[in-house]
Amino acid sequence: MEQLINWFANILENTAWWGLPAQPSAAIIIWSVYGFILALVIAPLAMIVLTWLERKIIARIQDRIGPNRAGPFGLLQAVADAIKMLTKEDITPTGADRIPFNIGPGLAAVAAILIYAVIPVAPGIIGTDLNIGVFYIVAVGSFGVLGILMAGWSSNNKYALLGAFRAVSQLVSYEIPMVLSLITIAVVAGSMSTVTIVDKQSWSNGGWYLVAMPVTFLIFFLSSVAEVGRSPFDLLEADSEIVAGFHVEYSGLKFGMFMIAEYVHALAVAALTATLFLGGWHGFFVEQLMAASPVAGAILGHIYFLLKVGVIVFILMWFRGTLPRFRIDQLLDFGWKFMTPVALLNLLVTAFVVKLFQPAVTGMGYNIPAGPLASFGGVGQTIALLVASLVVAFIASLGVRAFARRSRSQSPLRAVAGIEN
Amino acid sequence: MTEQIIFFIFTLLVLGGGIGIVTTKNLYYSALFLSLTLSGMAGYFVLLNAGFLAAVQVVVYVGAIAILILFAIMLSRRMMTADEPQTNRQTWLAAIVSPLLFVALLVVVLQINWPLSTAAPTGDTLLLLGLSFLGSYVIPFEVISVLLLVALVGAIILARDTSTDTGRKG
Repeated sequence: MEQLINWFANILENTAWWGLPAQPSAAIIIWSVYGFILALVIAPLAMIVLTWLERKIIARIQDRIGPNRAGPFGLLQAVADAIKMLTKEDITPTGADRIPFNIGPGLAAVAAILIYAVIPVAPGIIGTDLNIGVFYIVAVGSFGVLGILMAGWSSNNKYALLGAFRAVSQLVSYEIPMVLSLITIAVVAGSMSTVTIVDKQSWSNGGWYLVAMPVTFLIFFLSSVAEVGRSPFDLLEADSEIVAGFHVEYSGLKFGMFMIAEYVHALAVAALTATLFLGGWHGFFVEQLMAASPVAGAILGHIYFLLKVGVIVFILMWFRGTLPRFRIDQLLDFGWKFMTPVALLNLLVTAFVVKLFQPAVTGMGYNIPAGPLASFGGVGQTIALLVASLVVAFIASLGVRAFARRSRSQSPLRAVAGIEN
Repeated sequence: MTEQIIFFIFTLLVLGGGIGIVTTKNLYYSALFLSLTLSGMAGYFVLLNAGFLAAVQVVVYVGAIAILILFAIMLSRRMMTADEPQTNRQTWLAAIVSPLLFVALLVVVLQINWPLSTAAPTGDTLLLLGLSFLGSYVIPFEVISVLLLVALVGAIILARDTSTDTGRKG
């Protein structure tokens, strides 16, 4: 027993394990624990708030009222849904492969929750500041694919299997432009740590990356939406084609796990977009307030961050309420023949511009000279990146025009319309 | 102490997964066990303070290779539920070669005097890794890139159906 206590005390004392400095002050411990708990609590919270929000917003888009019976403004609707889900019968179909069938939903949900570990909510408040931050996000994403694949195959249902096929081809295809856009950000920020990326988006360092790199933003945002599998990329659960895709055989809380995975992942995408492109917690007076009172600054940081996340979440729901679904061939064409080449070109051009503005680096046995335009600083780089981004967008639009002309010239509708070839 | 316990957990994953790969009769389970083993390997990298390698391990092996294997199995109809025998005509040959290989590796591992460093890990290993890739080791790095590109182009040429290749399908 004493050994056990000693061991436990040893873990608590060995603060390096928790990513803390050797002799942390009470404030640092409290902030870290708070960031840690936040990363955990956000998942069920996201589920409850987002389901209600989505029903309300889509209802307004479709000129309906939406849930308004349970509680004021239907706020308790999500609670009612959760109770319904918990009390439903848990069915495992005959012929299902029990072990993967039961692991799949959990794996999908956990993969989505893990993303929150590296999202800085406010200055100093983050689950853990990994130096491979954005790469970690890509890594945990692959467990989600595995969960979906396990669910689809073990259900022993052809629609589930079709859904899993679609899921994997879609997720693997759109992972490439997403990773390329993340590399572009890492090149500009000079780091993969989410904390550093947010720091680099302060006014003095050149402002939001949305301004500097609109093309990267579009690539990242669209491919992330495809990664989550939300409309218009919701082919993996297209109700009208393959019933509900990979989770057709699930009921009760296991189905709930997939819902949690979807909403938690959607919120994670919104939080990531806010972190990587909208400057995270940056906003008016946060830094000044931080200097005066860290707590007040952190609270203001929370508010700005949540506002930005809210805007992105609204856009995601707007997509769902208004856009029709892609066809699978259109989806893969769009991913491979448009997004990936544009993302590659964008990366090349961005790396070139960043090299021009790079300040001199010395240390670790290396001596890298400054770029020719380094004296213009962060703002100059932002303007140059914006121009480069617009050039990439122009080239991409030329490609789209050529594609549209070719497909129009081959369209069978030409004969109907009486156009001579 | 904590590190040892975590190490044992990961070892359990790696070894358990490895045994699972070769003993299960269902190819699909084998592929799932493979991803378990590879995830355990990623855990080792984390314990060795190589976070970047751990993430690479997960992205490349779990996210790409294990998923590709699973996909290939799912697309080949007969493999789905079949109880595939784990042995073929070369069982005896394998029974001789694999212990020999094991002994050879063991001899090599035991003979080499592995240098143990007691120095603390350098601050940002990621930065050092990047600088090394594009500094001292830039030529091997570029050669590997070209090799991968050649493999990619070769795979596309092999997989392309030349008999019906008449440009875009209307």
